[in-house]
Amino acid sequence: MSEFTYIFRGRKTSGSPEEMQQHFEKWLAWFKDLNAKGHMKDPGHPLEATGKVVSGKRKVVNDGPYAEAKDVIGGYIVVEANDLAHAAELSKGCPILEVGGSVEVRPIQQLKM
Amino acid sequence: MVAVLTRIFGFHNLALAEDVVQDAFCRATEVWPYRGVPENPSAWLMAAARNRALDVLRRERTARTHEPELSRLLQSEWTLAPVVKDMFTEDAINDEQLRMMFCCCHPRLPEDAQVMLVLHILCGFGVHEVANAFVTSYTSVEKRIPRAKKVLAGSKRLFDTGSSAEFSARLPAVQRALYLLFNEGYHGASAESAIRIELCDEAMRLAALLLKHPLGATSATCALSALMCLNKARLTARVDASGKLNSLLDQDRSLWDQSLVAEGLQLLELSAKGSELIEYHIEAAIAAVHATAPSIQETDWDKIVSLYDALMGIRPSPIVALNRAIAIGQRDGAERGLAELRTITDSERLVTYPFYHAAFGEFELRSDRAASACEHFSTALKLSRNPMERQFFERRLSACR
Repeated sequence: MSEFTYIFRGRKTSGSPEEMQQHFEKWLAWFKDLNAKGHMKDPGHPLEATGKVVSGKRKVVNDGPYAEAKDVIGGYIVVEANDLAHAAELSKGCPILEVGGSVEVRPIQQLKM
Repeated sequence: MVAVLTRIFGFHNLALAEDVVQDAFCRATEVWPYRGVPENPSAWLMAAARNRALDVLRRERTARTHEPELSRLLQSEWTLAPVVKDMFTEDAINDEQLRMMFCCCHPRLPEDAQVMLVLHILCGFGVHEVANAFVTSYTSVEKRIPRAKKVLAGSKRLFDTGSSAEFSARLPAVQRALYLLFNEGYHGASAESAIRIELCDEAMRLAALLLKHPLGATSATCALSALMCLNKARLTARVDASGKLNSLLDQDRSLWDQSLVAEGLQLLELSAKGSELIEYHIEAAIAAVHATAPSIQETDWDKIVSLYDALMGIRPSPIVALNRAIAIGQRDGAERGLAELRTITDSERLVTYPFYHAAFGEFELRSDRAASACEHFSTALKLSRNPMERQFFERRLSACR
């Protein structure tokens, strides 16, 4: 088993309260399913759409992120899967895919010192 | 609420769960005087406790529960709020209360400590109220409750109501605790009142939760619930409007709650399914005979005597023997009743029980020996434990003169 981070991009921003609620419940169901099957390593957190970006040697602080809505990182979790293909397969249950978002699946790198 | 919160925080954090509930009540006392009592106060308190629980979980960011599955979901903002919200739905609360009942009836705790915990954690009784309910001192309850909680906190995990083997193994202890709780309300020795309806109501509420559970709705649970319904149905007549205690002999039977009688009879019928026959069945059957009899004369005393015989066979006790002797006296006359009273073994355990002496008094009075009756009622009067009983024996005494 190896560990993979799911980075969620894009989010559902419009819809009636009922639709938002339904969408939210899909997320919960997906998390519970991953958890019940032993894939949830670290349930991470959702992230606010606003923040600051600090960059460069001069440590310039800007309001950010400036990416387009569909590219803004909405949150992350860490899962356990057999391999990258398996992890990608598991990510297909993510409700973000239904609202035009994406899941980036990245193996956690083990640094050798 | 404490039951739900204990699931969230873990049993070793029972105190934290209690603090959270306490906070919710404090908030209410701060807010309600200004903004008025909300339309649905219990929902308001529930929401306040839920928010407080979220605060605590966020601050600590380490879920303390014993269950790794739940703890992971409580660590993340993705799932924290919705999972906690789900735990505060009515069904979930019922489940947790059931679980807590089974936790409280831990085999390492003596029976009375189990009942105390049920009262304290599930019925929200303070130390004072528990002490009152058990006719014991504040300091003794104050010592025993934390000791009992410590035993529970030491258990490695929460009780699993989903495991049928564990559930069935502990079910009799839970039934027993509810039985004791109900009896404490029905014949309790409290200093203020001979009857504590709130204890009976709590026992019935918790028994109803047991009945709703597929594994909990056994023949014995049905019998226990039937017993409670049939006895509770007669409570309104046992104490009249002026707070006067009435014996079965002179109760106004039109005051009996017929819908509870019907419910009890139905449950009794349900309890007959299966081969099990324990004391709850018999006690419920006795209560059913009383509840369906149109008058004391038309009561089937023969049947009651044989039911008491059966009860003596299963669970003999001086109190059962006393009731049996009274029933025999009703059936065969006062002299036979007196003879039976005198043959009770273990009667030394009854000498401080006022109704033991009152039974002698009653039969002596019926045999026209007023002087002897008077003596017995005086003893009963001296032993009476609350104003209701005192008044009752005083009235019997004046009947002798």
